[in-house]
Amino acid sequence: MELLKKYPKLFQWLFLLIVFFALCFSIDVPETYKFIRGQAEFIKDPNQSTYTLFGKEVRYYAFDVLWRLPPLLGWLPIWVNDSLFFLLNEWMPMEFWNEDTQEFKTRPLVLQITRNITAFMTFLIELIREILLGGVKTVVAFSSWDWIDKNPWAELPGLPWTIVTAGAVILGYKLSGKGLAIFAGLVMIYISVFGQWKPSMQTLSFILVAAPLSFIFGLTLGVMAYKSKRVEKALYPILLVMQTMPQYAVLVPAMVLFGIGDHAAVIITMVVAIPPMILLTLLGLRAVSSEVIEAGKMSGCNNWQLMTKVLIPTARRDILIGVNQVIMVCFSMAVIAAFIGAKGLGWNLLLALNQLNIGLALEAGLCISMIAILLDKMSLAWANKQEDYFGNLTFFQRYKNTLFFAGAVLIGAILAYAGSFLFKDSFNYFSEIPHNKGISFADFWNKGVDWIWDTFFQTLKIFNTWLITEVLQPMRALYLRMPAVATVVLVVGAGYIIGGIRSALVTAGLVLFIALSPWWDRALVTTYMATFGVIASCTIGLTVGTLCQQNQYTTKFMLAVCDIFQTFPSFVYLIPVMMLFGITDTSVLIAVIVYATIPATRYTIEGLRSVPTALHDAASMSGVTKLQRLINIEFPIAFPHMMLGVNQTIVFALFMVIIGAFIGTEDLGQYILKALSDKAGGGKGLILGICVAFIALIFDNLIRTWVQKRKKHLGID
Amino acid sequence: MTDAVIKCDSVYKIFGANAKKMLQEANGNVDAKAFQKMGCIVGVNNASFEVSKGEMLVVMGLSGSGKSTLLRCISRLTDATDGKIYIEGQDLLSLKNKELIELRRNKMGMVFQSFALLPHKTVLENIAFPLQIKGIKTEDSIKKAMDMVKLVGLEGRENYFPRELSGGQQQRVGIARSLAVEPDIWFLDEPFSALDPLIRKEMQDEFLRLQEKLKKTIMFITHDFDEALKLADRIAIMKDGIIEQLDTPAKIVLNPATEYVKKFTEEVPREKVLKIEDVMEKPNKENLSDLKVSKDEIIENVAEKILTQEKSVAVTDENNKIVGTVRPSKIIHTVFGGRKNNG
Repeated sequence: MELLKKYPKLFQWLFLLIVFFALCFSIDVPETYKFIRGQAEFIKDPNQSTYTLFGKEVRYYAFDVLWRLPPLLGWLPIWVNDSLFFLLNEWMPMEFWNEDTQEFKTRPLVLQITRNITAFMTFLIELIREILLGGVKTVVAFSSWDWIDKNPWAELPGLPWTIVTAGAVILGYKLSGKGLAIFAGLVMIYISVFGQWKPSMQTLSFILVAAPLSFIFGLTLGVMAYKSKRVEKALYPILLVMQTMPQYAVLVPAMVLFGIGDHAAVIITMVVAIPPMILLTLLGLRAVSSEVIEAGKMSGCNNWQLMTKVLIPTARRDILIGVNQVIMVCFSMAVIAAFIGAKGLGWNLLLALNQLNIGLALEAGLCISMIAILLDKMSLAWANKQEDYFGNLTFFQRYKNTLFFAGAVLIGAILAYAGSFLFKDSFNYFSEIPHNKGISFADFWNKGVDWIWDTFFQTLKIFNTWLITEVLQPMRALYLRMPAVATVVLVVGAGYIIGGIRSALVTAGLVLFIALSPWWDRALVTTYMATFGVIASCTIGLTVGTLCQQNQYTTKFMLAVCDIFQTFPSFVYLIPVMMLFGITDTSVLIAVIVYATIPATRYTIEGLRSVPTALHDAASMSGVTKLQRLINIEFPIAFPHMMLGVNQTIVFALFMVIIGAFIGTEDLGQYILKALSDKAGGGKGLILGICVAFIALIFDNLIRTWVQKRKKHLGID
Repeated sequence: MTDAVIKCDSVYKIFGANAKKMLQEANGNVDAKAFQKMGCIVGVNNASFEVSKGEMLVVMGLSGSGKSTLLRCISRLTDATDGKIYIEGQDLLSLKNKELIELRRNKMGMVFQSFALLPHKTVLENIAFPLQIKGIKTEDSIKKAMDMVKLVGLEGRENYFPRELSGGQQQRVGIARSLAVEPDIWFLDEPFSALDPLIRKEMQDEFLRLQEKLKKTIMFITHDFDEALKLADRIAIMKDGIIEQLDTPAKIVLNPATEYVKKFTEEVPREKVLKIEDVMEKPNKENLSDLKVSKDEIIENVAEKILTQEKSVAVTDENNKIVGTVRPSKIIHTVFGGRKNNG
């Protein structure tokens, strides 16, 4: 009784676990249960039960309600899909003028709107693409094909790679100085020499359209949320779900609405890139001190002046960090959007992976990573750059960069022109090095992979088999063995113990949504893979982080490493693991571990670093050893922050598990991949994505609530 | 209406969801503690006072006393819950947003504790900011701003960014900015509190020099009683939203109205605050020494001269007419006696 009073929480947890295991053992596995048909499949089978709700027929395998809840939400994906279809094809038919046939035509409103947006996006992408790569389509948009046929000179020549490279160098120099300029130059030369110019410029043009649009929308919405509590409240849940939804899953509904290709990819990229922009705008505006706002008001600003002349410029850095985020999200989406036909580096990577040509994939991946680092460094340099005063500079000093760029354009153009004579019979290498004419080490890499396989095949295979049979299979079986009711009780109970009624209700809502969806078993598999990844990542991250934190140089080094690895689009991580482990669950898990270790390490280091120096000194003066200090002081204080790292680790791990479906897993991701090639996949894709987001949000809710309480208890923040 | 530039009449500011309703129920008799239990925080509690043209009213109080809230009610950065505020006879609370902006653009200037400079603008641009907001042409506003730069002694630094300036220099920019539109009313919210003691004293002297020249109507907020004594024409001492006493520095030091005010006055060196006229007696027929002192002298400055006399000293006004006498013993009593025990 004494103990009970002293540690009430501990006993609550014990009680919860006892209930959980009691439920697990008392509910038997139904004899008819098999993993593959544990769900409501959309195939017909005489053993299935059916029910009809909202006019939708749902087929499912009926089990004891305690074992697996019936998929009461099974109609939802079908309904979403039908609604999308209805919206697109039937709702509000109207007369629209058709330019091609020169007559009015009846078309549903939404279809017309999406087509118009699509046309606009396509135009923007084409325009930028033609500046970078040349072509005639934009010219056609303003004239006609006949006109082009008559005037063959009207073709836009693409910017030669020399000019773009010079531009990147000058921009790098302007933003941050010599270091970035050299790096920018090297990256651009690498891209060109290795024949990745065309796909890179395609990807770049994609970003040049998506990022500014995302920025404008994000900023506007952020400002609106800042001004009105109601807008903020309406946006908040959407932002929360979008932050945890795998980027992959949003592709599907977008495909339904906007079709396949670059334009659809741009739109969906905006959907993903806008939430972080909104959040950072809001954060930045909130951080403007009230006195600065009052100073603006007392200067007689009206609302518009206050926003444009005081608030936004003062929040400049946060907003530009938002731009950095937007660019990075756009870039990683540009890669993933290859799944819905966006051209560029991602497309090449996907092709190479599909052909299992690891060498080519590696080159594309390397190129992607380098561009990612370059974009990240440049946008960060922009955010951190402080303005200087230009008032008393000479004309040359003021327009130095513009002049240099003008010079580069001139020289590049002359070179390209000269090149057209020099390489009369082959390609003009001064203008663009074609994809298959660049240097390529693909064969070398492929041979290397073959060698690795030949040499280490036995070892890798033994490891692989051991991991799968001894660890993964049993763990998976355990997860699937949990009766649905027991899992729900566990999650809701944890919510109650950590955050009281409110948390319990939130987690109950989230977990029930998944349990009542047709994909509970798949969600369990997803969770099992993520759990394995998270445990491994946290162990590694905690160890590495703690060790590195002992010394300021290793700390700096490790943070830089985390920075770099974080910029890589998640898809890139699949290349090396496929190289080493082939197409198995192990590959996916290793990619998950590598990817998810980044936040675990970073938050460990940051957490330990945040321990106040005064406390360090106080501890040292009490005569503690390093280990004692770590255990008694640093860990307890850093722990809440480290838990936030665990939270991030979970989100990262889930993302990677879902993308891992590309290699072949049996979880929610597999279904999302399927939905991509399914005519009626829009609803499924969306609901599946929401399921993944909800898994993340359950943990997010529990961890955040706990961290808040803990921080309050410790008096941090 | 009198010539009061600022006039407050039973101003209340109460934070909380149903502040208005509670205030009505309380019927003008607000008890901060009772309100707090109901979830309302009392910022300003029944403040009534006037500030006349060219006068400097210093509002003194510790943190949480409501002094900044009072200032923000008068500049209408927050809306008072109840009461009337008149600026040059105009009812402030009834002004529409447009009229309020006009008022601020032409009549008011404000200086902030943490300077509140715009980080992306240079010194000159910061100072020109209120002018440009008003719609004045860039050239003219820059010219005017340059005058302001000279006024606060920042020549040569006009193209610096705020991040490149020291705290004292930043506040000079803040002062210049608030003066750029040549306002009649000048609000200063703890302008020197974030500065080091030495810089603070320098800035106070500078501020007095400016006020000598400009003769603005000023509301000055501070938590430093010495600063209040040094600068003020009149001081309002606030506690828990209530103005405990509003009077000239000398009267507050000599006759603190409440125990709370007394705590501040106890440690004050009176000879530095009081003038001869505050301690003189009515002229009588006794023998006077040859020395004469002006009634406006601070005691500290003439104490030595008076104390070397044996007889009483004559006190004169500006027309050299004798208006009173002061005994050396009275000076001794003022300086050494009358503290703590027998004030």
